[in-house]
Amino acid sequence: MMPMIAIVALAAVTYGFRLAGPLLRGRVTVPVAAERLFSDAATVLLIALATTAALTAGHGFAGWARPAGVLVAGVLAAKRAPFPVVVVAAAGVTALLRLAGVH
Amino acid sequence: MRFLWRTASSALLRDVGLVCLADGIVAVSFGATSVTRVGSSGGLAWWVPVALSLLVFAGGAQIAAVGIVLAGGSPVAAVVAGAVLNTRLFPYGFAVADVVGPAGPAAAEFPAAGHGAAGHGAVATARRWLVRALGTHVITDESVAFALRQPTPQRRRSAFWTCGVALFVVWNLSVLLGIGLGSVLRDTNAFGLDATFPAVMLALALPTLATRRTKLAAGTGAVIAVALTPVLPAGLPLLAALGGLGTQWAGRRNWAGRRGLGFPGGRGRGGGQRPAHGDEAAMDSRDETAMDSRELSAEGKR
Repeated sequence: MMPMIAIVALAAVTYGFRLAGPLLRGRVTVPVAAERLFSDAATVLLIALATTAALTAGHGFAGWARPAGVLVAGVLAAKRAPFPVVVVAAAGVTALLRLAGVH
Repeated sequence: MRFLWRTASSALLRDVGLVCLADGIVAVSFGATSVTRVGSSGGLAWWVPVALSLLVFAGGAQIAAVGIVLAGGSPVAAVVAGAVLNTRLFPYGFAVADVVGPAGPAAAEFPAAGHGAAGHGAVATARRWLVRALGTHVITDESVAFALRQPTPQRRRSAFWTCGVALFVVWNLSVLLGIGLGSVLRDTNAFGLDATFPAVMLALALPTLATRRTKLAAGTGAVIAVALTPVLPAGLPLLAALGGLGTQWAGRRNWAGRRGLGFPGGRGRGGGQRPAHGDEAAMDSRDETAMDSRELSAEGKR
């Protein structure tokens, strides 16, 4: 179960993270190198999130079907396929593999 | 807001629409899985995914938090995991700080704009703060990724706001739709919906992997995150992935060490340290090799 107070707490913390950059930016001068670092940090987190979400479930391996679907989606994305094609391919490949007994 | 839609290029609108469609699918999946009864554990009340989507508005954290409580975890663990996941919004905030506020030369300087601008009343000031507050709330993976892909400040602002606002509307409506479908789709995994979230993240991140140093940092971070997932609580491996940024400072010194060790074997911490900028052209092929082997080793961890 998930009480409302927990949701509000998560929302408040989340908003705080979002607010820090816009709040501090006008007061402190952020060097170009730091800006590049922040933008690189964002990319690193996105890729790490994609990878862990593709490969793992809880503390274990997510099975073969999901990473296979994400891999196909990644190839399509690299070839600049439209986003819905990428997403439907990920779900479709994963679903078909599971239908075929691959988990 | 009309100003933003007008300045947004048709290519941008199309891409934002496609991302909204993709995220809509993820949101439907999130809404459906949140309220669906899985095994012995019952689903959550309908207002839980709704409140999370409106107030937190961060897909990864929402999915993680709901996943934890559905798996029997405590709400505290869910909040901590969600909060840790959302720490990535901190660097995002700095990356897009210049476009979060309202447009205009005075507004670019935050937060002292209200004092310096003569002729602006309290209403205008309040309005600027409201816009800023709303803009802050729609800082997401997607809106930041779109903003970072734009070459000019004006297009950055346009991309950020277009994506952020559209996504907020689509995301919340789709979660509602998912909740409605939750009782129909008994097993959302059978439809492969769990693969949609990482696919969207990947599609968004790939264009930002423009430089070799970013690729190296991201590749290293991904390996770190996957390797630590079995042993650390949810969310922490993601933070540890930021260690991948260390490859940017390791530079020349470690490059020399790596050459001495006869890389590119590209395995473990020593592999694939990037050379300093001046060496880029000369080291291109070697770095590519190291990158490839890292990606392979990431796949090998399945």
